[in-house]
Amino acid sequence: MSKQKLVLVGNGMAGIKTLEEVLRLEPDMYEITVFGSEPHPNYNRIMLSPVLAGEKTIDDIVLNDMQWYQDNGIALHTGDPIVEIDRVNKKVKTAGGIEAVYDRLLIATGSNPFMIPVPGVDKEGVLGFRDIADVDAMLEASKNYKKAVVIGGGLLGLEAANGLMKNGMDVTVVHLMDFLMERQLDKPAADMLKLSLEERGMNFLMEAQTAEILGDERVKGVKFSDGSEVEADLVVMAVGIRPNMELAQSAGIYCERGIVVNDTMQTYDPSIYSVGECVQHRGVCYGLVAPLFEQAKVAATHLVKIGLGRYEGSLTSTKLKVTGIDLFSAGQFNEEEGDETLVLQDPAVGVYKKLVITDNKVKGAVMYGDTLDGTWYFQLIREGTDISAFRSTILFGQHDLGDAGHGDETRVAALSNDAEICGCNGVCKGDIVNAIQTQGLFTLDEVRAHTKASASCGSCTGLVESIIASTVGEGYEAAPSKKAMCKCTDHSHDDVITAIKDNELKDMRSVFDFMDWKTPDGCASCRPALNYYLLARWPGEYKDDAQSRFINERAHGNIQKDGTYSVVPRMFGGLCTPKDLRAIADVAEKFDVPEMKVTGGQRIDLFGVKKEDLPAMWDDLTQAGFVSGHAYAKGLRTVKTCAGKTWCRFGTQNSTDLGVQLEELTWGSWMPHKFKMAVSGCPRNCAEATIKDFGVVCVDSGYELHIGGNGGIKVRVTDLLTRVETVEEVLEYSGAFIQLYREEAHYLDRTAPWVERVGLNYVKQRIVDDEAGRKELFERFKYSQKFAQIDPWKERAQGAESHEFQTLKIAG
Amino acid sequence: MTNWIEIAKLEDIPKLGSRVVKTDTMNIAIFRTADDNVFALKDECPHKQGPLSQGIVHDNTVTCPLHNWRISLESGEAQGPDVGCTNTYAAKVENGVVYLTLAVGEVAA
Repeated sequence: MSKQKLVLVGNGMAGIKTLEEVLRLEPDMYEITVFGSEPHPNYNRIMLSPVLAGEKTIDDIVLNDMQWYQDNGIALHTGDPIVEIDRVNKKVKTAGGIEAVYDRLLIATGSNPFMIPVPGVDKEGVLGFRDIADVDAMLEASKNYKKAVVIGGGLLGLEAANGLMKNGMDVTVVHLMDFLMERQLDKPAADMLKLSLEERGMNFLMEAQTAEILGDERVKGVKFSDGSEVEADLVVMAVGIRPNMELAQSAGIYCERGIVVNDTMQTYDPSIYSVGECVQHRGVCYGLVAPLFEQAKVAATHLVKIGLGRYEGSLTSTKLKVTGIDLFSAGQFNEEEGDETLVLQDPAVGVYKKLVITDNKVKGAVMYGDTLDGTWYFQLIREGTDISAFRSTILFGQHDLGDAGHGDETRVAALSNDAEICGCNGVCKGDIVNAIQTQGLFTLDEVRAHTKASASCGSCTGLVESIIASTVGEGYEAAPSKKAMCKCTDHSHDDVITAIKDNELKDMRSVFDFMDWKTPDGCASCRPALNYYLLARWPGEYKDDAQSRFINERAHGNIQKDGTYSVVPRMFGGLCTPKDLRAIADVAEKFDVPEMKVTGGQRIDLFGVKKEDLPAMWDDLTQAGFVSGHAYAKGLRTVKTCAGKTWCRFGTQNSTDLGVQLEELTWGSWMPHKFKMAVSGCPRNCAEATIKDFGVVCVDSGYELHIGGNGGIKVRVTDLLTRVETVEEVLEYSGAFIQLYREEAHYLDRTAPWVERVGLNYVKQRIVDDEAGRKELFERFKYSQKFAQIDPWKERAQGAESHEFQTLKIAG
Repeated sequence: MTNWIEIAKLEDIPKLGSRVVKTDTMNIAIFRTADDNVFALKDECPHKQGPLSQGIVHDNTVTCPLHNWRISLESGEAQGPDVGCTNTYAAKVENGVVYLTLAVGEVAA
C-alpha cells in the first residue's frame, strides 16, 4: 500500500514543528511535501531581532537545514507560494504551476505585518518586520540612509528600533498610546523601559497617530494627525500582525479573524488542519511561539491518527530581546477589582516588580530590571500555587526561600559560560547554551535529553529553565499549565489519581485503557508512579507489580554503581543491643561485606553485597530479629532520635521511646517518595527534627509537630504544624499526615515541595482543624499498614520471588 | 551454523522482566516483552556499564537502572539523543522454551 500524502503549506516554525512531531510518532506514515514562499529552509523567526542587531547571523538561526528535509524524505519547494487549494480534488497548486495532491493538508501560513492603510504606505522604504527579506532590506537601508522611524512601540517595534540603532541609524519610535508595550507592561515598568531606551539614544513620539507617509518614490517623512511631521529615510511598521488566511479563505475554508480551528486544530474541512499564527482558536489568535508549539503537538497526534491531544489555549509570557534590558510579563498583570497587588520598586537601581494576586494565588507578573524569577512566577501562575507560606518574601525571589544549593548563583545572565549549572552531570552554562543554539532546542525536556542538565536530582531545573528562557527569548516553551505525567500520556498526575479513585481502576491495564495511554506498556517513569497510586488507593486489593518497580524496591536493596547492593537492617529509633550488633557483624563476616558504615539516619549499612547472596543474608538477619530497613524505598526510611530524658540532663520527654513507637507504627508504608522522621527530646534538637518530613520536638508541655522539612538537595526547614500534649496524639497526627501525603502528593514529590504547593494552611486545615477528617485519615493509614507491614526480607529469605535473585542455570 | 542453546522455560522469565545467564566472560540479560518475545543483550549499559537486566522493560526497550538510558532490545542501541550500543545475541522461543546463541568461543558457565 502506498503511503498517504501530507502536504504542508508554510515552511515556518509551527508547520515544521508539527512535522517533527509527526515524524517522531509515525516516521513512515506519510509522504510529505512542504511548500514555502520564502527561499530559505525553516528558521527561527523570533531570532530575527538579534540578527538585525548584528548579534547573530542567518545561519545561526536556521532550525532545520536542507539536509534535514532530505534525511526525512521530505520534498521541499521554497520560493514558490501556493496560490490555490482545490478541496474537491484534494490538491494544491503553486504560483510556478507545481501541483501536489494530499490526503491531509496542513496550513501554517503564519501572519503578515499589518500595514496601516494611510496614503503613501506603498512608497519605497516602507517595510514590515516579518522575515529575512525585511531584515535584509533594513540592513541595506542602514548603509545608505540615516533616519529611521519605527511605527509601533510594542515588542516587535522596539526590537526593530534597537536593531536599527545598533546599525548606526537615528531612530524615532512612534506610538499611539501614552506608554510602551501596553499589552505586555503596566505604566511604571513601561516608563522605566522608555527611560532606559532614551539613555541609549532612542527617540520617542508618544500618543502620535500616523496620518500619511511623505515622499516621492522613496519615503522622506511621516506626517501625524496633529499636523506635525518627522523626517524619515526608512519607515518600519510594527503595529501588529494579521493572520495570513487569504489562501484558506479563497478555498472557502471558514475564517473569522483567522482560520477557525477546533481543539484538535482541525478546520471546517476535515482533511485540513491548521496551526500557528494563521489560526483562530476559541476566539484567540496567538502571536508568540510557545502556543504555536503546543498546537503543533496536538495537530501531530491527530495527523498520525492517535487522536489524543486537545489544545485548550495557552497562557503566555513575554520577554523583550534587547540586550541589556530585562523585562518580563505573564498572566493577568493589570489588576482588577478585588485583586491585591504586591510591588517592589527601586528606581535608583532600575528594578520594578509587580505581582497581581487573588486568593493567595499569583495571577500575573510584570518585572523590569531583575527578571531572574520570571520563570518561577510564571510557574506559580500556571500551577495556581498557594503562596501564603512565602507571601511576605515572594517579591525577593525564589532564592530567598532558602535555595541553599545555589543561592546567588541563580543570576543566570551574569554567569560565565564555564559556570557549572548541573552538579550531578557536570554540565556548564556554555554546554546548555551551545546545545540550545546548535540543536534548535526549545523545551526543558529537549535540553535534558541532549545535555542531561537537570536530568538527575532536578535541583537546577529552575536555572536550566532560566537559561533556556534567556537564550531563546519568548520562544521558550514553558511547560504547559497541566503537566503531563510523562511522554506516554497527556494526563497529569492529579488526573490519574482522581481517575483511579473515581472510576475504581484497580489494575494497571485498566488505567492504560481508561486513560488512553499512548504506549503499550508505559515507561520507566509512569509505571512506578501508577503502581504506587494503585497500591495507595486500593490496599489489600491491588496486586503489586514487581516489574513496575524500580530495581531497588524489587530487590529490596540499593543498587550500587558496580551492580552490587547495600543492606540496611531496621533498628527502631536507632536503638540497638550488643546482640544486634554481634548479629550484624557475623552476617558481614560471613558474606565478606567489603564495607560497613553508619548512616545519617542512625542505621548500619552493609555495602557491596552480591545480588544472589541477598536472600541468604536476609535469612540470617531475620533470624536475629531484624526486618528490612527499607533504606531503598519510597517509603518510611528511619526515625532518628536523640538520647532523651532517660539520660540527657536537658531532655523533657522520652524521645527514644516515642521514636520507636513512631517507627513501629509507620515502617513498611509505601509513599510517593522517601520519608524521614526524627524525635528530639528538647528544643536543642539534636535529632535535627526540623529538616525531616515529619519531626517531633519535645517540650516540657508536650510535643511540637513539624512537617515538610528536607536536608537534601535544597535545605528546607520544617513548618510548625501544631503542638499536642500526648504520645497518642503524636501518633495520630503523624499517621494522618502521612496518609494525606500518600493520597494526594504526586509520585516522587517529597513532602517539602508538596507542602509548598498545596500550602501549609491546607495541611493544617486537614490535619489540625478537621478532627473527624484526621481520624479518618489515620484509620485509612492503619488499614493500609495491615498489608504493608509484612517484612519483604523474611518472605524472600523463605523463597518468595526467587527468580529475582538467581541467574539462569543452563542444562548440561 | 547457528548453535541454539536451551536456557530456560519462558515462564522462568517474568513478563516485562529479565533473567541473567552467566558465561565465562560476562553476563547476558534475557528479556521478555509483554507480547512474549525474548531478546538477549550483553548485561552492560554502554553509558556506565549499569546492569540492564535490572532495568524496567517497556515495549521493546529497557531503561537502565543507573542513569535512565533507554536501550533498544532489538538493536542494543541507545535511544534518543544518547549514543552508544551494547552487544545483542540471537534469542528465540519455541514451544515455551527459550533458546540463545552465543558468540564464537563463548561458553556457558
